[in-house]
Amino acid sequence: MIDRSHIGREFGAHTADIEKGRLRFFAKATGETNPIYFDEEATKAAGLPTLPAPPTFLFSMDMEVPDPFEILSIMDVDLGKILHGTQEFNYFKDVYAGDTISFKSEITDIFDKKGGALEFIVKKTEATNQHGDVVAEMTRTIVVRNG
Amino acid sequence: MSEVTYASVKVGDVIPALTKDEITRTTLGLFAGASGDHNPIHIDIDFARAAGMEDVFAHGMLSMAYLAQILTNWVPQTALRSYAVRFTAITHLKDRIRCSGEITEKFEENGETRVRISVQAVNQDGDVKLAGDAVVALP
Repeated sequence: MIDRSHIGREFGAHTADIEKGRLRFFAKATGETNPIYFDEEATKAAGLPTLPAPPTFLFSMDMEVPDPFEILSIMDVDLGKILHGTQEFNYFKDVYAGDTISFKSEITDIFDKKGGALEFIVKKTEATNQHGDVVAEMTRTIVVRNG
Repeated sequence: MSEVTYASVKVGDVIPALTKDEITRTTLGLFAGASGDHNPIHIDIDFARAAGMEDVFAHGMLSMAYLAQILTNWVPQTALRSYAVRFTAITHLKDRIRCSGEITEKFEENGETRVRISVQAVNQDGDVKLAGDAVVALP
């Protein structure tokens, strides 16, 4: 069982640059057909300053650390045993190429179901831009398959 | 994109659906790189088998990105206020993900007129992979 004393633990504070090349790669990898996400002429024609970060992109930027699975090692959870349970985004400001986003995360809950066969780790992450504005909050539930 | 307005939509309306290409090993390799999620369970069959899975399987966030596209194809992303899903089943190789959404609520909040959209992603057999909802502000 995961030690419940990790609840409230803060970790993973870091900063990531939103880069055009990475945004285009993400668009390609997700089969994006809306050109505002990869063609700056279309972006500008749509009245946007430059390429926008698509709705789930900040999740990826939150993984831009030397060991994005560090929290699993700390909790002694095997990477091969996790699944993504839920994911939530609340958006407050738009994010574009050229922005620098700072992330800070906290473990807000750990609980189990089915007599411990499944454990759940809830992680909340706040993303703030270079102007100090909170741009988004993300909440993720990681499912651990025990046994 | 023709502008969608609060007055022009009603509860029960569906937004345009989207069917994505079949998920291949290449899809997962590219998404691992682009998304930054390098968990080998999605790209290395040896690792996946050692972890008790039959094969590699798709990142949940790949389908969540697919599902977001029906929202950003429908309204500008600047209108998106929240987006949340439950991953209800694993998405496998060769799945073709179909994304759909239906308006379930119209309401006012924070001085804006907003709609809630129930969204889901299913595979070619109709198995639900992701289900959730999104809130967008409409003029």
